[in-house]
Formats: sequence, C-alpha cells, structure tokens
Amino acid sequence: MERSSALIGLIFLLISISCLINPISAAASGSGEGYSIAGRVKLDNFVTKGFGLGHSPKLSETKVILNGGQRTTFVRPDGYFSFHDVPAGTHLIEVSSISYLFSPVRVDISARNPGKIQAALTENRRALNELVLEPMKDEQYYEIREPFSMLSLVKSPMGLMIGFMVLVMFVFPKMMDGVDPEEMRQAQEQMREHGIPSISNLVAGRS
Amino acid sequence: MEARFLLGFLLLLSLSSFAFAIYEDQVGLADWHKRYIGKVKHAVFHTQKTGRRRVVVSTEENAIASLDLRTGDILWRHVLGKNDAVDQIGLSLGKYVLTLSSQGSVLRAWNLPDGQMVWETDLQISNPSNSFLHVLGNVKSGRDSLSLVCNGGSIRAVSSIDGLVVWKKDLSIDGLKLKHVFQPPESDTIYAIGFIDSSLIALYHINAKTGELLKHATQASSVDLSSEISAISSDSLVALDTSRSNLLLIKFMAGTITNHKLPLSDIVQDFSGLAELIPTKSNDIFVVKTPSNVAFIKVKGDNEIELIGKADEAGIVSDSLTLSEEEQAFAVVHHSNNAISLQVRINGREALTEGIKIEDHRGHVKRVFLNNYVRTDKSHGFRALIVMEDESLLLMQQGEVVWSREDGLASISDAVVAELPVEKEGGVSVVEVEHTLLEWLKGHMLKLKGTLMLSTPDDMAAIQAMHLKSTERNKMTRDHNGFRKLIIVLTRSGKVYALHTGDGRIVWAHLLTPLLQSESCPSPSVLTLRNWRVPHRKALQENPSILLVGRCGAGPESHGFLFIVDSYSGKVLETQILDHSIAEVVPLPLADSSEQKLHLVIDDKLNAHLYPRGSDALEVFVREMANMYYYKVENAKEVIKGYAFKKGCSTGSSAYCFGTRELWSVVFPSDSERIVATARRKINEVVHTQAKIMTNQDVMYKYITKNILFVATVSPKAAGGIGSAAPDDAWLVAYLIDTVTGRILHRVTHQGAQGPVHAVVSENWVVYHYFNLRAHRYEMTVIEIYDQSRADNKDVMKLVLGKHNLTAPITSYSRPEIATKSQSYFFTHSVKAIAVTTTARGITSKQILIGTIGDQVLALDKRYLDPRRTANPSQEEKEEGIIPLTDTLPIIPQSYVTHTRQVGDLRGIMSFPANLESTTHVFSYGIDLFYTRIAPSRTYDSLTDEFSYVLLLITVVVLIVAILVTWAMSQKKDLQEKWR
Repeated sequence: MERSSALIGLIFLLISISCLINPISAAASGSGEGYSIAGRVKLDNFVTKGFGLGHSPKLSETKVILNGGQRTTFVRPDGYFSFHDVPAGTHLIEVSSISYLFSPVRVDISARNPGKIQAALTENRRALNELVLEPMKDEQYYEIREPFSMLSLVKSPMGLMIGFMVLVMFVFPKMMDGVDPEEMRQAQEQMREHGIPSISNLVAGRS
Repeated sequence: MEARFLLGFLLLLSLSSFAFAIYEDQVGLADWHKRYIGKVKHAVFHTQKTGRRRVVVSTEENAIASLDLRTGDILWRHVLGKNDAVDQIGLSLGKYVLTLSSQGSVLRAWNLPDGQMVWETDLQISNPSNSFLHVLGNVKSGRDSLSLVCNGGSIRAVSSIDGLVVWKKDLSIDGLKLKHVFQPPESDTIYAIGFIDSSLIALYHINAKTGELLKHATQASSVDLSSEISAISSDSLVALDTSRSNLLLIKFMAGTITNHKLPLSDIVQDFSGLAELIPTKSNDIFVVKTPSNVAFIKVKGDNEIELIGKADEAGIVSDSLTLSEEEQAFAVVHHSNNAISLQVRINGREALTEGIKIEDHRGHVKRVFLNNYVRTDKSHGFRALIVMEDESLLLMQQGEVVWSREDGLASISDAVVAELPVEKEGGVSVVEVEHTLLEWLKGHMLKLKGTLMLSTPDDMAAIQAMHLKSTERNKMTRDHNGFRKLIIVLTRSGKVYALHTGDGRIVWAHLLTPLLQSESCPSPSVLTLRNWRVPHRKALQENPSILLVGRCGAGPESHGFLFIVDSYSGKVLETQILDHSIAEVVPLPLADSSEQKLHLVIDDKLNAHLYPRGSDALEVFVREMANMYYYKVENAKEVIKGYAFKKGCSTGSSAYCFGTRELWSVVFPSDSERIVATARRKINEVVHTQAKIMTNQDVMYKYITKNILFVATVSPKAAGGIGSAAPDDAWLVAYLIDTVTGRILHRVTHQGAQGPVHAVVSENWVVYHYFNLRAHRYEMTVIEIYDQSRADNKDVMKLVLGKHNLTAPITSYSRPEIATKSQSYFFTHSVKAIAVTTTARGITSKQILIGTIGDQVLALDKRYLDPRRTANPSQEEKEEGIIPLTDTLPIIPQSYVTHTRQVGDLRGIMSFPANLESTTHVFSYGIDLFYTRIAPSRTYDSLTDEFSYVLLLITVVVLIVAILVTWAMSQKKDLQEKWR
C-alpha cells in the first residue's frame, strides 16, 4: 500500500516535471486527426474563507468542460486534466466549481503547425503560456451579517424613535433653562390662549 | 484592461445591494434541494466487513453514485457528460470504482470512500461505434491489478493504480468480436474467445504480463451465432444462435475448440418463441429466459446438459452471485398486482422466497441486483436492489423494504403548478392559541438574541431547527400569500408526482400508463401536462385538475390518449383513448362554463380537435374561432407556417373536429440558415403597464402582444458545436415574427456568431444568449420593441380631448410602426436554460434566471439588460437607476438563487407567481430539484422573517415608560413652580 502510493507520487512528480518543460502539451494521438489538451487546475494560492456550513471546497467536485458541454472531464487529485482526440480549431474550456469563479479559456489548436496550442483567458484576454487555470476569485454566496453594534441599533427606526425621545426629554429642558422665566411665562400664556395644549396637560388629562 | 476590471468590480460592489441575497442562516428557510441519481442500470455492492456498506450504481442519466446501503443516502455522486454514457462499472483493488464510458473508450477510476477521480485513461479506440464487450476482469500481475478492456478485436490492459495502458493487442481480424476473457488461477495466460462474423469461433492465448499472442485457433460453428453468451466454466461457454431457439455449447480445452448444438426444445419441454440468455459467470450453470418461464440449466460431463430448476412465471432475473466455489445464487422477481415476490435460487434450487407488499404506483419490476451477507450462524442472507418501472430504487431485505428512493424525479420532462385546497373554517381552541403564543414569543426571543449576536451555538441550532420545522410552511392548505402550492411534475417514465412547495415532499404520485396498457394501446407514453381546470369565480367548489396527454405507440401517427387527474388527490377523473394522433396540444385562453380550459389537440394531419367535449365549450370556441390562429415550426424543412381554423375536418364528421387553412409561411433559405431556437411569451404572463417613462419625461409605448415568436437561425456550417466553425462561416439571424400574420417585425444578423441559442421572451423584450466566435466569448443580446404609432400621444390637450389611440386594442390585424432598441453584452458562462421571473401583477421588476454550466441558477436583474445603458449616464439617468454600460454582465455570487447548491444536469427553470406581488417561486430541475422563493425588488409588501417583533415590543414599552417618566417629571416641576 505504502509502496504503491510512493509509486503514484513518483509518477506525479514525473508528470509535473514534464509539464514544467512543456506546459501545454499536445500530441497527435494514434487515431489520426485528434490532439490532446492537457492542463492543470491550481487552487494552491487560494485559501477559502466564509464558505459555509462545513463545506470545504473539494477538487473532486471540480469539472472541466469543453465547448459548452461537448465533453466533460474531472480533475485528478493533483489538479491535472486532459481531453483527448480534440480536432484542430479554436475551443473553449470552462471550469465548473462551486467554490471558485474561473475565467473560460480559449484554446487554439493549430491545424498547420500540428501540436501547437495557444491558450488565453477570455475574460481579460491574458495569454497563458502554460495551461494552468487559477480561479479569479472565490465565491461568496451569502451576505455577511454585520456584527452587532450600537450604531446599527441606533440607526434602526426604533432606535431613532428612542433617540429622539431622549433628545426631547433631556436636551429641550436644558434649552428652556437659558430662557428668561418672565418671557417663558408670557410664551406659555400665549400658547394657552391659542389653545395649544402642553404635553404635561395632555397626559394629566386637564387642559 | 486591469483598470476596467477593477472598475467592474467596484461597480459590482456598489450594485450588490439590490441583488438577491440571503444570509447563511436563512438557508432552507424558503428553499429546498433534493438530490437524485436517475434510473439505475448497473450496481456493484461493496460490503466488506470493515467500513461502511455501500452500493455503487451507474444510471441512465450518466451519473455514478455511491449509496449508503443502510439508508439509501448518496455518499457521493458524479454526473458525466451528455455523450459519456456509462457502459460498465466495476471495483478494483477494493478501493477504486472503475467506470467504462463513451462506448468503451474512456476508463476512469474513482476513489471509493470520497469519489475523487484518481485517474482517467482515453483508450483511443479507433471505432467506438463498433459493438463491443468490455471485461473488467482483474488480472493480477505482481502488486498491481490489470483491467482488460476489449473492444471488437482489440484488448487493452490497464493498470489499476495509475491508469496507464500496460499493453495492448490488436488482433486485427475483420469481423472479430471478442466475447469472453478469462484467466485460469495461478496462470500467466489469458484466454480470449470471440466470434468472427457469427460463423467462426476463435480462441487466443495471450500472455497476461506482456500481451504477447501465444497461440490461436479458429473453428467453424454449426449454427449462426448471436451476440448473447454465457460463460459457464473456465473452459466452456454457452451461446445462443440467431434464431434464438438453439444453444451452442463451446469448449476450448488445451487450445482446441469443440462445439455442440443443443436445441432448446430438448431441454425445456414446452419451449416456444424466442429465448434469452441471462449473462452469468462460471460454475456450470446458466439461465435461459423464455417467454413462459425461466430455466436453470446445468452442464454435466462433456456434452450433457440437464434442467435443474424452473421458475414458472417469467420473472426478472438478476446476475449470478457467487457464494462459494460451488454455489451460485440468482434472484428471480415476480410482480403481481401490488406485491412482489423475491425468490433466491442457489444452483437452481429454491433457497428463499419472500413476498412484499408494494405501492401500486411503482409499476413492474425492471431490474434486480442481488447481494448476500453472512448471518451470525454462517448461513447466507440476501438483499436485493430492485429498480421499478417508475425508476424508483428499493432495497429489500428479510421481506421488508429497507429504503426506497424516488429516482424517477431525476428525469422530469414537464411541470405545472396547482393550488392547494382552501383551509376549512373551524374554531381554534384557547389552549392551542396560548401554546402557540408562548412558542411564538420564545421563538422571537431566540431570534432577538440572534440579531443581537448574543446567542450561543445551541441557540443558533435551535433557530435553524425552528425555521425548518415551521408547520406553517408545510400545511396542506392554501395560504394568503400564495407561498404554498403544488408543483405537479411529469417524469420520463410517465409517472406524475405532486410536490409541496414547502419542503418538496411528495403529496401524491401515480403511474398512469399501466392503466391503459391494452390491445388498443400497446405502449402508452405520456407527452405533456397542462392545467385543465383552475377554479375561480363560478367553479370554486370544484377541485382543480390536470390534463395529461400521451401517445399509445412510438410513431407520431399512433393514437393519443388523455387523462384528467384531480390535483388534490391524484385521482383519475377521466380516461380517454382518442381516435386520432397527437402532434401538439394548444391551450386556449378560453374556458367553458365549469371553468375547464379549452385545449386544441392538433393531429398529424393538421386537424384540430377541441377538448373538453361539451356543447358550451363548442359554443365558446366557435364564437372565437375567427380570432384563433396556430403556427407550426417545421425544423427539418426550415419553414414556419401559420394556420387559421375552419369548420369541418378532413378525417371525420365530428363537431369537435376542425380543419386548418394555411395563411402564411416564412421559408428560411436552407443553404444559409438553420432554425436552432424558438421562444415565445408565456401565455399567462401579466403586464402591468404599457407605458415606459424615459428620463427626459418622454413616454415610450411597449409593443405588447402575445403573438410574438422569436426565431434564431444559424448558418449550416456553424450548426455544430463550438470549435467546428470559423468566424467567417458563422452567422446568427434573430427574427421576431408575428404569429397571426407572419409579419417579420424585426430581423438582425450577428456575424461570426453561432449557437447554442437560448432565448426568453417577456413583455416587449427578448433576451438571447449565443456564442461570439470573433471574441470567443458568450454574448447576450436584448431587443426591446416599442409601438411608434402611439408615440405621439404626448400632447396633454389631445389626451384631454380624447383624441388619442391609447384605448385602441393592440391587434395583429393592424400593422403598427414599431421601433426596436437593442444592446449586446458579454456573458462569462455557457448557459443550459433561461427563464424570467413572473409575478402576480407584473409590477415588480424582472430578473432573468440563467442556468449556468456549473448547474447553478443566476438571477440577473433586467436592468443590466437595458438598451438605454450608456457608458456615462447623465445625472437624471443615474437617478432613474440606469447602470453605466460595461462590456460584460456582472456575475455576483450573492445573486445565485441556488447559493451553494448545484442542480445536477440542469435542464429547466420555471418561475410562477405567488399571491404576494413582490415574490415569485423558482423551481429548477435536472437530476436534482431545487426550489426557492425570490423577491426581485425585495419584499416591499410584507414584513420579512427578519423583522424583529420583540425589538418592536421593547420600543413600545420603552416609549410608554418614557412618557410616564416625563409625565411624572413635569408634574413634579409644575408643583415646584406652584410652590415658588
């Protein structure tokens, strides 16, 4: 068991070395016209945050899709994927992953120059010199709840109501203090004449 | 470029406020997600002593899945591509699942515990269309284990550890089809046996380690060989001849082949008809299925065979199961009425018979897979995995159904919505009220704690559980907001299910086709589903009902049938086998006096048959007949034809049968255009207003008609998939056609564009998605149509004096001036389905629901697809909500209505209105089902669940206290004043 995993490791190492030398590998396969597209999905630099409910992003859920569904393949544990027997022409590769957003990739397989493959991200037209697909960003499906703060409570309609009341209760009397008692009385007289009831009278039920 | 990206991202952030978004703890509040696998075609059990017992299955939906054998839950599942059908599955090294797919050309290994793909090998088979056989015999070679894949005349040995092809051998003989491969124990030689052109038997000896051909021999057969064989021991196999009435016993010992013909009638006494050989593996026994019974036959000695057992009724037989060196077990399942009996036979002798009652809506048994376990007393126990006619999956053990899965729901073909019954009036007891009040308060205290971020994880769990358990959403009655409804779905097997929108449970399910099966209707299949009666006004006391239309045979000329089913209970109210065929069902916007909707069934001779049959229905239709039109898109001929109806039909003299008269046709030049997509408005869509106020206080009038048809054609060279055409050979033409007059309202050509095209039509606009070959990106285009003939109704004086044409009905008979506005944008993803939200009164702004290649559903605001968008909107335009133009439509993760869920193999999205104007139901289906409710402009007409009643209560209390305090203070102050 251990030896076999060591063997797997060795093979992967060999693959990765060969990929470093010739990253976009294309080879005319035995059955004639088709070429192979091989590439890698790389998630190493991405640490997911906020992907909820204990879902950890899994490579096993990542699919690679050629030309909008003509062919579908899955990603190996080391991130490599390949399509075989693809005719020459311009193709589109999309990566479907629930946790990340990937840009589709345009892949040109030259008919005149067999085996020459060019790749470019379609979203920002950046040319790729090796077919290593990295996510543009991780997907955040949920709104983040803002942490509880006094400010948000105060800003809510109820908070505003209470705030206004407090203001009326404590700030208005203070404003009254500055007014001359004589003038104040006059003003109150006037108010009574005009029939504007004061709050205290209203509550007390006598006006 | 970078700067633009940044800008786009900033814009995206600024706009995220009006995207549909939920908090993580709201998951499951309004939505549900159900995962299925589809109809099982292969199953492999993995029941080792250690670890979880599981069964690995592959299905007709190209899914492979690992199910928990105790509960039937999906442990992991993968859906392969559309053209990647699974041919065979197997287990290797006890830890990998091997799948052979794409007609034997792709071999994949999956890690058994977690479903991670370990390796994938393209076997580069030159002629995959060839009939073939694949053997996943595990041939030991050192530590590694080899898997052999045979296709026609070639063998490939694949290492199980890394998927590398260790050796391949092309026997390169024309007409050779390898049939069987085996390796005697402790030997390095593989024997491969095959037939050449159904007359020669060939045997090859191959070195297992190198693939070297050691020896080969051929021998002429005495009968014509069919492709059915059964391997019975390490050196012999049985084949069936092409007449299906003779057996051929082939022995191939020591490099020589002998064959011996045995007529079946010698073995099975009352044999007649065509026999079928059930594939088995070794041990001298094979199984022949004849129309009347199942025979177990043992091979004795050289050419002697003996009938050792017979199951009298023709049943479904499982593959053989090896119990030990000598013992082979088979399961034979019979189905009668609503019971199935499972019979396990060991070496042909009956070992166990179990009967079990089963719901009659599951139909007949289609497949059975047998597995054994060792009981504590060392005897064998058996469990059987049974696939039923409705594609459901049952596990049967000890005469009981351990679990069942409704996997028919993985193949929904059509869906409609029905109302639930009205709640009956009735008193509610005080105790109940008090109880619920207490619960209610408790719940809200918890919620308050949640909003104040004071809750413990336990409280959080309690909140979640409370949300999910809420009895309110699962009631079987209609609610005021229209949130509770029934979704009635039709599946490929012809079964009809009613699903509750609250939690997705099955309210009722019926398999109707067996009711019809008879001489006159040999193979009924249901085509479509329609609302038959939607009660309101006059017929409120009647139950709503559903119309099911189907065909009795496979061809388009075979007779049709229809069912009318009660939507509350699923009871069949009416069954009718029609005397005509069915090409299309056209629902009409008319109803008869008992609120039954009128439907026209168009047959293959273009006659229209009116249903329901009733004099008032006929009267209603005849009155409106002059205004009824029908159109037909003939994809093969690239023609669209429009018809009117006339009295009297060509086939009969029935009063309900009407003829058609061709009015117009639009012929597309077949050398430059192919029809790839059509779309039209939903028949029941509601439009709130015709007028649209522009920023400069100008009014534009939408051209709103139900008779608009969107047609997309592409150049023949670009009709294939992406990658097959060059930009110069490709173009896409979009048409808007009036279906009454055949008038082409608008036509636009997109050079360098190709399909697939997905389109949606609503109100006065159409949005379509296609591929732009020049930019090599997907594009979406919006076309809006405005009525110019009403455009001069701006003068107030005219309106006052009534000199306007606003009240004139919109009719296809007049030919109004129309103006179109259009804009195109890039879109990142491939699209699988597209729909638009519909609300009760059409006031709420629209969202476009896009099913993306990642099997998610994205809700994109219609405001992003507004032809009035400009790069630098003026102040007024900004105030009106016009978004600055960007070349790409933004994809905001929060606006995925499916959030972290995926609807495997997404095929359709359906939106239907709730009674609450702000809210719409969204139901999307593929292998999985996902339902949710969304509010495209937020819930402006009701308090959300988020609303904190406790906070409101606290505020009220605080206010009252404050009033009392101020009163007391003012009293005190008054007193002081008076004392002074």
